[in-house]
Amino acid sequence: MNLRADFPLLANNPGLHYLDSAATSQKPRAVLDALVDFYETANANPHRGAYALSVLATERYAQARERVARFLGVGDPDCLIFTRGTTEGLNLVAGSWGLEHVSRGDEIVVTAMDHHANFVPWQVLATRQGAKFRVCELTPDGKIDLDFLSGLLNKRTKIVAFSHVSNALGTINPVEDIARLVRAKTDAILVCDGAQSAPHFPVSFDSLGVDFYAFSGHKMLGPMGIGGLIGKRETLEALSPYQTGGDMIEFVYDDHTTWNALPHKFEAGTPNAANAVGLAAAVDYLDQIGMDRVRQHERALMTLAQERLTAIEGVQIYGPPAAERSGVVSFTMSDVHAHDLATILDGEGVCIRAGHHCAQPLMRRLDVPATARASFYVYNDERDIDALVTGILKAREIFSYVPS
Amino acid sequence: MSRPETSAELSALYQELILDHYRRPRNKGTLEKADASVEMKNPLCGDEICLQVAFEGRSVCDLRFAGRGCSISQASASMMTQLVKGKSAEEIETIRSRFRDLMLGDESAASDQSLGSLRALSGVARFPARVKCALLAWNALETALTERAGR
Repeated sequence: MNLRADFPLLANNPGLHYLDSAATSQKPRAVLDALVDFYETANANPHRGAYALSVLATERYAQARERVARFLGVGDPDCLIFTRGTTEGLNLVAGSWGLEHVSRGDEIVVTAMDHHANFVPWQVLATRQGAKFRVCELTPDGKIDLDFLSGLLNKRTKIVAFSHVSNALGTINPVEDIARLVRAKTDAILVCDGAQSAPHFPVSFDSLGVDFYAFSGHKMLGPMGIGGLIGKRETLEALSPYQTGGDMIEFVYDDHTTWNALPHKFEAGTPNAANAVGLAAAVDYLDQIGMDRVRQHERALMTLAQERLTAIEGVQIYGPPAAERSGVVSFTMSDVHAHDLATILDGEGVCIRAGHHCAQPLMRRLDVPATARASFYVYNDERDIDALVTGILKAREIFSYVPS
Repeated sequence: MSRPETSAELSALYQELILDHYRRPRNKGTLEKADASVEMKNPLCGDEICLQVAFEGRSVCDLRFAGRGCSISQASASMMTQLVKGKSAEEIETIRSRFRDLMLGDESAASDQSLGSLRALSGVARFPARVKCALLAWNALETALTERAGR
């Protein structure tokens, strides 16, 4: 798979080895063109005007929703709410469902591998409502400890939030097993952070078995500032709006207001139509490759990276075995701090993430202040791994100094 | 896109003196009796420092640092403790301000004798993402001095 030429930033920087797609992905020409095309041919405020151009903008926005819904296996496109990204989607659930259904003495469960975006909103909700905030521990190889989870669940559990894929370790979590456990012991809603799954393998919301699924467009070749929250129709219809304003209303009277239908009820203000169109172009691009091939490609790179990194003395890799991870490898190298490693790799044109990966509770459990993380996507190839290895060896050499 | 292009820039960043302070930090640990104790974190990268200072009047008579972080933050903290011991708050403020200049790319500061071994950190200025690592210990010291002055 050689797609580098489709990505202008990569094509324009032949020496660049972009290994930080778990943070944000690069964008193919097709997505950039779709953005420009929207503004050049269809730009008007959707849902507002009686004139043809506004109708066109409305149509393009609606088509984008249908397209993205199809990509994620959502049969009813009205159940896909466009948001700024995963963070806003999760905050929507916490701020709307959470405030209405969680009260004193209830319990909320998250896992120790969750990204701050799927941790802090629940922690804040629990504090505000006087509920218990419980963190599910992990197994030594960085998976959700299902026995521990089972022990946390009871009739007072109202929300169980977890990541489909860990952004810091790459662990792919067993959604079906988690859902079965939770359904058997509680009436809780299941909230799945899909930021790291939607971009990397086939996901079908309708058969996933969770109540809410949030994702980010910018991690799946789409523009920044667009993503979505998917829920079940009956849940979404019963839910109060998260933000209020234009577009989400039906009738506004002096003393009360009625709400618009789904999905508009949750999309106050002028929608991010251009970016939704850009995201639709991104999923078109991904479907042209085929999500099974995307997964295969990343697995092959991961296997190679695992082999090459393991061969370097002093490198320690965190998380489960390579075959059970998505395209993420988190590692440290002897006493070289991840930041120093990242700076030296930058000198080789290799972009990796160094730090806590917005998962401080996880880092505390791993007892490391920071790890280096390389993450792969469709445009990466063996040469990127070669450059990564060369950079790590260079860091070893620079840090080989021993005080006399 | 501005990337460090030559290995010369990387060598300038990771001089032996810096690696020496990283591997063999000076004044690392805790004081038995401290007048000020400041914890500071760099949330972006997870570097953390706990700086303890003992004063005699307006002067720093002893100090120690604990915590963990990258080579730049550790070396900067280690060098700082060596340089400021025995100096008055005013003298320290002059050095701190000069070191800041150095981190912000003021080349004249690189030959300023008053900065002592800290001049080895001049390469950091070429790496904007790392400047805050070098300043972490200094920010902690500034807080300690401000607390002391307000007393």
